[in-house]
Amino acid sequence: MKALTAQKTALTGNYAVAYAVKAAKPHVIAAYPITPQTSIVEKLSEFVEKGELSARFVNVESEFAAMSVVYGAAMAGARAFTATSSHGLLYMYEATWWAALSRAPVVMAVVTRTIGPPWNIHVEHNDILTLRDSGWIIGMAETVQEVFDMTLQAFRIAEAALLPTAIGLDGFILSHSTEPVEVTPQDIVDKFLPPRRPDAPITLRPGEPVIFGNLPSDNRIHARHKVATVYEAQNQAKDIIKKTDEEYGKLTGRSYGGLVEWYKTGDAKYAAVCMGAWCSDAKAAVDALRRRGIPIGLMRVRFLRPFPSEEVAKLDQYEKVIVFDRDITPLGGVLGVEVRAHLTRAEVVNIVAGIAGVDFDAQGFLDAVQKAVEGQYRGVEFVI
Amino acid sequence: MSFRLDQLPKKRYVVPGNAACAGCGMMIGWKILGMALGEEAVLTIPASCASVVQGLSPKSGIAMPILNVPFASAAAVATGIAEAFKTLGVKGHAVVWAGDGGTADIGFATLSGAAERNSNILYIMYDNEAYMNTGIQRSSSTPRAAWTTTTPMGKRERKKDVALLMAMHGAPYVATASIAYPQDFYRKLKRAAEVEGFKFIHLHTPCPPGWRFDPAKTVEVARLAVETGAWILWEYDNGKFKLNPPSTIYADKNKRKPLKEYLKLQGRFAHLTDNDIKNLEEEIDAKWQTILALAKTFS
Repeated sequence: MKALTAQKTALTGNYAVAYAVKAAKPHVIAAYPITPQTSIVEKLSEFVEKGELSARFVNVESEFAAMSVVYGAAMAGARAFTATSSHGLLYMYEATWWAALSRAPVVMAVVTRTIGPPWNIHVEHNDILTLRDSGWIIGMAETVQEVFDMTLQAFRIAEAALLPTAIGLDGFILSHSTEPVEVTPQDIVDKFLPPRRPDAPITLRPGEPVIFGNLPSDNRIHARHKVATVYEAQNQAKDIIKKTDEEYGKLTGRSYGGLVEWYKTGDAKYAAVCMGAWCSDAKAAVDALRRRGIPIGLMRVRFLRPFPSEEVAKLDQYEKVIVFDRDITPLGGVLGVEVRAHLTRAEVVNIVAGIAGVDFDAQGFLDAVQKAVEGQYRGVEFVI
Repeated sequence: MSFRLDQLPKKRYVVPGNAACAGCGMMIGWKILGMALGEEAVLTIPASCASVVQGLSPKSGIAMPILNVPFASAAAVATGIAEAFKTLGVKGHAVVWAGDGGTADIGFATLSGAAERNSNILYIMYDNEAYMNTGIQRSSSTPRAAWTTTTPMGKRERKKDVALLMAMHGAPYVATASIAYPQDFYRKLKRAAEVEGFKFIHLHTPCPPGWRFDPAKTVEVARLAVETGAWILWEYDNGKFKLNPPSTIYADKNKRKPLKEYLKLQGRFAHLTDNDIKNLEEEIDAKWQTILALAKTFS
């Protein structure tokens, strides 16, 4: 699609987040440094100090406090942002679940990074995936441009769905790589992003008695609230995400296809599935495999939550579905397990690769797909 | 500031339907908080007795806006509310109402962070000197020698002095208070509400089931804590440290009642020997020396 609003700037993934957040004009930002997230909040604090952004920037003493500050701000009706990685996300974990069940529409960038020990600052997706059962919306960007666009979209999605929204960008691969980025002009952003409603999810104001979060008189009230938030609101968010992406496309010339992006799947016999930065490598591998006569396409998962169930179910038409995970669980990869749960006919091969920051490039995808197609890889395979 | 109790606001903020124990000291404090800041405050409450006594949703026994939050998070959540109010132009105070466990122990990092940043919140630690909500377990604010279910032979360590720690952060306003002296607590709440930045009030709130005393004697126990010198009323206001009445007269050790009068009402101290009590009195006197030195230095 042709860009309608071209104004290209060379940005790293982290600066792309910072510029998008600045354009979204949040009221409150709180964060704690952690590699490889740090340059996001360094840039934001610079914007605030220079007066380019009139947000309140709160330097906190931990990630737990960062999430707690933005949670409090969001419950009081503010637009609020934080960012973290890896152990920082784990340290704020309790507050992330509290935010989800409070329907607090905070936005968080998660620069994905390995969980230790040993200490390792390189990429892996297990950190952001710990949010998957909490009610958070989880997006994963492929390029620095998408990091910028998805961050802006995240504010609108979070505030429309009243669910906290995490944007994942791969540590170093996106966070510290510089790409030319079309920075959406402020007047277009202002058109795209409506003002924050100060009365959602609750009206928290002096003199107006309201009690949020005290013990339930009947546990079924709590149970109902959980179903509404973790299941129903997630399902409703699917439409919000698609419409937000379409609207953004109309205004900027850039849209991505909602929950997933399909790449050369039309005439394919095999389908690869993955998410995050390495999808660009996977696309290069798809092109190379097609040149070798292997009819394969790719489904790129843009949003893991809400889970694109309808789209994933369509994968059943392919002979083999090869799912790539940059994360590890006792059952293989998260994406592998969840994709398999939606399919009845297609054979699923789950390849866990690139964990702990191990390089995995287009050649790696090509070799792995080849082996899966030939039947050398079955079930769950680990490529180290 | 002088006022008469019968001239205080008549509107009640602690209403029927609350689930507090008989004789709850914390609820006496909450009534005074309502009188002072009932129309101006938004409360942030971490896991504690205060999160339970609100009553069962969707109803409530407290007529104030309340956000219940995770145990360790209160000072940070209130900071977020205060920052939101500032940018959104909302008038009002972000107030934390938290127990000693949520303040002195699990919440201490967020508390210290908020104090160091001078976040514009009023943090009130109601101190019932143990984890009462979970059934009387020791906290760092439990006094030495007190029985709890996790210190069955009596606590061996001394009480953490959170108010002094907050003053040493350089916070603009820090005070101690007692539910036996509502005028003093009321005045301190009103004063704190005038101060921009981080405010901390450490409120002594006896707990009948936890301290093992007759629920009719909550105020008497609280008063004896002050009269024996075990609890000292002071405030640190923009760099000036001073004792507040009636503690002022107890600077003279001879004016204090014997500590035993305070301890004997409470089952949690029933196991103490006269020698134990003497040791506690010496420790209390050492605390007084510190407080008096601070009052002299920062007069």
